[in-house]
Amino acid sequence: MKTRRSFIKALTLSASLAAMGSVSTLAHAADTIKVGVLHSLSGTMAISETALKNVALMAIDEINAAGGVLGKKLEPVVVDPASNWPLFAEKARQLLSQDKVAVTFGCWTSVSRKSVNPVFKELNGLLFYPVQYEGEELEKNVFYTGAAPNQQAIPAVEYLMSKDGGEAKRFVLLGTDYVYPRTTNKILRAFLHSKGVADADIMEEYTPFGHSDYQTIIANIKKFAAEGKKTAVVSTINGDSNVPFYKELGNAGLKATDVPVVAFSVGEEELRGVDAKPLVGHLAAWNYFMSVKNPTNAAFIKKYQDWAKKNGVPNADTVVTNDPMEATYVGIYMWKQAVEQAKTTDVDAVIAALGGQSFKAPSGFTLTMDKTNHHLHKPVLIGEVRADGQFSTVWKTKEPIRAQPWSPFIAGNEGKQNM
Amino acid sequence: MPLSLPHLLRMFLLAVCCALGSAHAAPSAETLARLTDDDSDTRIAAIAELGAEGSAQSVALLDALADEALALTGAGRLVILTDTGALDAATGEAIEPYPDDADPLMINNRVRNALQSAKAATNIRASDRGTRLAAAQLLRDSASELLMPILEPALAAEQDKEIRSILALAVARVNLASAEPAKRILAAQRLGDSSDASVKAMLATLLDKDAKGQFIEPDTEVRAAAKASVQAIERRLAMADLASTAFTGLSLGSILLLAALGLAITYGVMGVINMAHGELLMVGAYATYVVQGLFRTHLPEYIDSYVIAAVPVAFLTAAAVGMLMERTVIRWLYGRPLETLLATWGLSLVLIQSARVIFGPQNVEVANPAWMSGGFSTYADIVLPWNRVVIIGFAIFVLLLVWLMMQKTRLGMFVRAVTQNRAMAGCVGVPTARIDTLAFGIGAGIAGLGGCALSQVANVGPAMGQGYIVDSFMVVVLGGVGQLAGAVTAAMGLGLMTKILEGWAGAVVAKILVLVFIIIFIQKRPQGLFALKGRFVED
Repeated sequence: MKTRRSFIKALTLSASLAAMGSVSTLAHAADTIKVGVLHSLSGTMAISETALKNVALMAIDEINAAGGVLGKKLEPVVVDPASNWPLFAEKARQLLSQDKVAVTFGCWTSVSRKSVNPVFKELNGLLFYPVQYEGEELEKNVFYTGAAPNQQAIPAVEYLMSKDGGEAKRFVLLGTDYVYPRTTNKILRAFLHSKGVADADIMEEYTPFGHSDYQTIIANIKKFAAEGKKTAVVSTINGDSNVPFYKELGNAGLKATDVPVVAFSVGEEELRGVDAKPLVGHLAAWNYFMSVKNPTNAAFIKKYQDWAKKNGVPNADTVVTNDPMEATYVGIYMWKQAVEQAKTTDVDAVIAALGGQSFKAPSGFTLTMDKTNHHLHKPVLIGEVRADGQFSTVWKTKEPIRAQPWSPFIAGNEGKQNM
Repeated sequence: MPLSLPHLLRMFLLAVCCALGSAHAAPSAETLARLTDDDSDTRIAAIAELGAEGSAQSVALLDALADEALALTGAGRLVILTDTGALDAATGEAIEPYPDDADPLMINNRVRNALQSAKAATNIRASDRGTRLAAAQLLRDSASELLMPILEPALAAEQDKEIRSILALAVARVNLASAEPAKRILAAQRLGDSSDASVKAMLATLLDKDAKGQFIEPDTEVRAAAKASVQAIERRLAMADLASTAFTGLSLGSILLLAALGLAITYGVMGVINMAHGELLMVGAYATYVVQGLFRTHLPEYIDSYVIAAVPVAFLTAAAVGMLMERTVIRWLYGRPLETLLATWGLSLVLIQSARVIFGPQNVEVANPAWMSGGFSTYADIVLPWNRVVIIGFAIFVLLLVWLMMQKTRLGMFVRAVTQNRAMAGCVGVPTARIDTLAFGIGAGIAGLGGCALSQVANVGPAMGQGYIVDSFMVVVLGGVGQLAGAVTAAMGLGLMTKILEGWAGAVVAKILVLVFIIIFIQKRPQGLFALKGRFVED
């Protein structure tokens, strides 16, 4: 009897404790603003997206240390959609309707963004998308802090056609088989036509996600390049396929001085897993490189490295920063500024306040959110791979340029530039 | 392929002529200043001057620039950074103290090209055969009238047969534009020895007609020689194409075989539908990763041989995991294929999650050792990457091992006996339960070896096995259950077929076509390519 009574007593005690606990979490919740982080932490895209989750958490820590937003601390809610596109939509719905986040930072591939777009529209959420993409989209609920085609793809190809870029006359458009590479290559093909490049001088190839055998493709590129005229490769390969692709490229002896490869989705993070020595001279086009020298960037890199060490990120002593990380960081601060200006986290008020926000970015430029098209004005940088896996900038624009999400090289896009 | 003829060569030869008199002067301050210019043309001209001058200090300067070790200090002094300190760029004297503010000069591909050409023109006179060969190859690809003063003396002085033939091709390429028909005929004939598609394109232009319908090349004999040479090159290129498709097919086939061999034992011989087979590959790959890590921290001087040490480790680890699986789960489910399928699928999820917990969800980096990086050129400039060649050899080795084990050892005999008639084998004293465990362990260990090989060409991550499970079952089912010969034929057949289709229709369509083919094949011949003959007792 005695035991049973004490058991009941213990039960009541723990129940009341639990109730108190939940009350205190409720009180706690009112003091914080929830921020969703929606990046694949496993699967084929984890190689690229894990670092974006890390930098988002770092920025949140930094904002909290400086007093938070509107006097409230930010509370990150991290979910893992596991490189599974339908799961992105499910997780987005969970963030919006269950966790009630004020804003979400997430997605890398365009197919994942297309998957969550309807959810953000339906539940009137707010998404910051930090990666360069193909354009052809303008959603009220999405802010795009990565590059549109005219801020990355077009200048990169123009560089390849210039004297310093090697005066390329033939192009191999190589990509992973999904919406971003297909649309980008459609735009590039139209652009190349406008520059007088014939269809016979353009080769287009696609591989599935996670493809790991690039022997045939490299052999085909060699063959295509040997038919005369200077050839360049434009790669929109995404995710961990890049590692076998660059390994094969190095092993097959295809040098950058013969056939340069310019990549749009390969940065410092993707090259960490590859021996960069055979790849010296291959190119990437971005709006930021870790090697850019200015005080803002030096501080940004140091903050991230310290954060990685403190939070036990694997291989913390060799972490790197890259363009989508910078875009994530800029996005979080722009959202903070807009919330402070609107004095509320209400989605419509924040969207209205975001246009015209500006922020001194690690790229060394002051980036401005366009008033009408939800895109950043960004500088374009073209870099060559160095032996240590970093990039040295060989060309850059003088000023940030305005995004054209609707490419003029696709018919029917005239007059669609704004919201 | 031709490097677009840079006008740096023109400048280079002008510079050769000017510099012949003053071959040993140190690089002038003015040339050094131009090396740091923002404009690539200015820099390339300066590089050409330095290359032509050819003094030891200039060569060191060019090497440093190519390695991005040439740096500019805050005070505007040009220095060469080495592992031990800094040297003055103009004089080569050591600088004390080390300039901390030195910023390496960046080069782009155009400047890199200019550096290579300048180096090749100097290196063609080097005493080392390998250096000369590389230089000759570079000069062949960029041969032009302007290079003749370098090419002809080099050809005359060259003793090595291979380098001579390369230089002769380079000279012939230039002579093709000569004014004398005799020289052109000789050049056109000589170029028939080339196996370069760009040479073919060059010769083909001789056979073209201009707008008025006149041949661009007036001499019929030259045209005939050019035509014969074009045909010879075409034949050689077609052969090379075939050879390289065959090699890539064999390479893919050997990878499929390594992935499927373990399954050929567990499924083929023992009849266990092991959905966790892909994860045994993953275990082998992670074992390789761990061995690499141990070598990096404890034996950095032997890092290049880590792969060899990883082979037994991968085998034993995967075998241990496999035997544990057999002892704890699979042995209770023999003869119940559906339950086995579900249980092993569950095991695969457990293994994936364990890898995630232990090693993190991201892919890990497994580097090729130096001797497996790069490739070697064979016939007609086909480059065979070392890692693929080694894997083909490794697949043959593993196959031999499995065959010997199954056919020549007592254990193999027991395994075959248990497969054919479990009850009778038990009656004559074969410990069937122990044989099951051992056979499953060996199958798992072989999968581990496959994982070790895969780590050298593909990504290593927790879910890597998922991508191979379908391919492995495809090979085993197509080959015929219980047949090693069937697995080999099926793996090689699928490899070649995929590569031929890929070349023709692209990677995405090729994958679909292969799957469609297998569905149709299995419909028509459910027992696979090779079926076991004889009498069997089904359990």
